Amino acid sequence: MTSKLLNFLVPEAIMLGLNASSAADVIQNLSDRLLLAGYVRDTFAAAALAREQEIPTGLPLSGNINAAIPHTDIEHVIKPGVGMATLTEPVVFHNMISPEENVDVRLVFILALEQPKSQIEMLQEVASVLQNPELVTSLMNAHNLAEVSEALNSL
Amino acid sequence: MAQPKRILVACGTAIATSTVVARAIEEALQARGIPVTTRQCKATEVASLVQGMDLVVTTTPVPSNLGLPVIQTLAFLTGIGREAVIEQIIKALNL
Repeated sequence: MTSKLLNFLVPEAIMLGLNASSAADVIQNLSDRLLLAGYVRDTFAAAALAREQEIPTGLPLSGNINAAIPHTDIEHVIKPGVGMATLTEPVVFHNMISPEENVDVRLVFILALEQPKSQIEMLQEVASVLQNPELVTSLMNAHNLAEVSEALNSL
Repeated sequence: MAQPKRILVACGTAIATSTVVARAIEEALQARGIPVTTRQCKATEVASLVQGMDLVVTTTPVPSNLGLPVIQTLAFLTGIGREAVIEQIIKALNL
């Protein structure tokens, strides 16, 4: 099965081996890329950061890499897309299901969603990647867009 | 014929997470021949929307004492414990 996530990833917003100091740093970096690429408004970063504080998106996965899927309300988005960061060192997000719990995250998908309750395929593709530890590992090892594509097409 | 069971699916914003969860629950139960309808909402809206619902499935904390079963799970996002949660949902719906 080939992942269709590639159709939704914004190449300008793929940051591999990012050396980030915090969850906020990652969200800011990815939001800046989405802004430059024309996917989100200049209010997106602040909204995503505030949302993450209030309703965190850290997800402990079945492998040894954990992920987060920061996103925010649709009014901050121009067109749908997904940004991705792989981190050299983990940063602390909070667990979506129990916010008092820390999750050490090295894989971040930031979601630009411009319709409520839609973009189902895009979201399902992100979830299917998160559910596949081998694919997560391949993405973590990718050094460039070609290797990201290769990983996503290898299944 | 019995009415389909109604499941309220909650997440933080009702934009992303609950979309995935609602679709996954519908597909998993339909695959078992169980018709369900889902409605998505924000965690903060749950208390006002439980009327007429059979079950709440949520990915973020929701108020307790809602008067109906609540299943809090990330299984439909991360895949961890997915089958067990589907069984838990079926049991909570008294099916």
